[in-house]
Amino acid sequence: MLSQQAVVVRDLSKVFTRRKGLFHRRRRSALKGVSFTMDRGECVAILGQNGSGKSTLVRLLSTLLLPDGGTAHVFGHDVFKDARAVRRLVNRVSVEASFFKKMSAAENLAYAARFYGMGPRETHTKIPVILERVGFPASRRNESMENLSRGMQQKVALARALLTSPVLLLLDEPTTGLDPRSKQEVQNFIREIRVRHDSTILLCTHDMNEAEDLADRIGLLDRGELLFLEPVQEVKDRYGVETLEEAFFAATGRTFEDEKSEEDEEREVFA
Amino acid sequence: MATVDTTFSRRRVLRNELIGLYGVVERNLYLTKRYFLWDVAFLLWTIANTLTIVFISRGVDLAPAARNELATKLLVGGVIWAFLGIIFEIVTETVAWERWEGTIEYTFMAPVSRPVHLIGMGVYAVLYGLVRAALIFVAVVAFIGIHLPHANYGAAIALLAIASISFIGVGMMTAVLPLISPEKGTQLGFVAQGLMLVVSGVYYPVSVLPSWMQWIAKISPATYALRGNRDQILLGAGLRFSDVWPLLVIGVLSIPIGLLVFRAGERYAKQHGKLKRSG
Repeated sequence: MLSQQAVVVRDLSKVFTRRKGLFHRRRRSALKGVSFTMDRGECVAILGQNGSGKSTLVRLLSTLLLPDGGTAHVFGHDVFKDARAVRRLVNRVSVEASFFKKMSAAENLAYAARFYGMGPRETHTKIPVILERVGFPASRRNESMENLSRGMQQKVALARALLTSPVLLLLDEPTTGLDPRSKQEVQNFIREIRVRHDSTILLCTHDMNEAEDLADRIGLLDRGELLFLEPVQEVKDRYGVETLEEAFFAATGRTFEDEKSEEDEEREVFA
Repeated sequence: MATVDTTFSRRRVLRNELIGLYGVVERNLYLTKRYFLWDVAFLLWTIANTLTIVFISRGVDLAPAARNELATKLLVGGVIWAFLGIIFEIVTETVAWERWEGTIEYTFMAPVSRPVHLIGMGVYAVLYGLVRAALIFVAVVAFIGIHLPHANYGAAIALLAIASISFIGVGMMTAVLPLISPEKGTQLGFVAQGLMLVVSGVYYPVSVLPSWMQWIAKISPATYALRGNRDQILLGAGLRFSDVWPLLVIGVLSIPIGLLVFRAGERYAKQHGKLKRSG
């Protein structure tokens, strides 16, 4: 049995090093002592520019990275010491809808589902249902992924994540690069998940409207530091501003679209 | 607020692991189906490659019986080279292909244990490799006209299957290389294959090697597979204990060592952020 708090992150740090020449190494902090908690059923959006540490945070919570400091717990399980228990609870949709391109949507979903203990009989009935729910046409279920549009692929990615009934869903820029219609469809589906599923959602995005629209609380991750994590109105009140763009400027002294420094670029590549 | 129960019984864990193993084999079947014509082309290339080796026997001035024996020895070497190559290739793809497709993060964050994942790849590799080796064998025998009146095919396949345990173990060690170097790791797997075969007497008896290489040959599973298979195909020998026990010992040691090496590589990749997509 697990803790009622969905996510507890304490002083989480991650440093990436890359070789520079024969004897030198460059070190870039992707996360600097990040701490926050999420309640069960809550949707939290983490805003940040590219290279701010959002994907690193998601990868750490997905058990794909090991930290250089701090702790993280998902429903009471230590993410780094009890990774297998965490993996049963978590799934993820990232900016790249990664699949075996020659395999069909149904085959890709079956492959993913097997790792979560779903046998052929179970997937035979569940896959058509989940694909229909995300608005994926039944006639294209057996078509190679490489023939599908980016929007269609992202719908299959959402279906893959939901097929395993995760209680913590990590969404890492799920709508980036989608056309407006596909973006709207994905956002509607995220709303539906919140209503129909018992899922806690961590949404990492650089779309401020999306964050404001979908999340209960909004955090700002800047150069690896979590500057705040509050309900959107409290963020605006704290900085005395009307919009999240203005709040970002007030918190960082930069606009969201400002050119990145060389260090930011490196952090983006490393992370 | 209700809590979430994630405690799984042992039985359920075992069931999930078996389904996971089935999933790995099933996925490879899907990929083989989708890349069928490419696989046929690669098979033709391997047959041609094996023919180039076996034709050497036709250029040597020997009596017909001795020439037939030489052709058989070269054929067994060529087929085992191809078999080992496909096992290393498929097991190494555990990382390399998934990394290229970008699915690696989803697979590595799934709740299936790494041994089951790797053994699933190994099981498919052995099944696929055996079918492919049989096709190469039949094609070359038919093309060159080798006479194999005493061949004990059942024992030959059984010995190859036993040797596969060790091959999978070594394959696991090489599978980790693409985690460390996405660009060159896969090729290093072929280096391991070549090194293993050169000390194992792939086209020649181990006795022609320098003594230090003969010592290394003793710990190479390919040595016993080659020696046993040659006698089984040429002389109709059965499954000899002298071939089986070294293969079992090496197999029992190589699988856990392979898993340990892979685990260390996975840990390195997680520390340095190398589980990301590349390609």
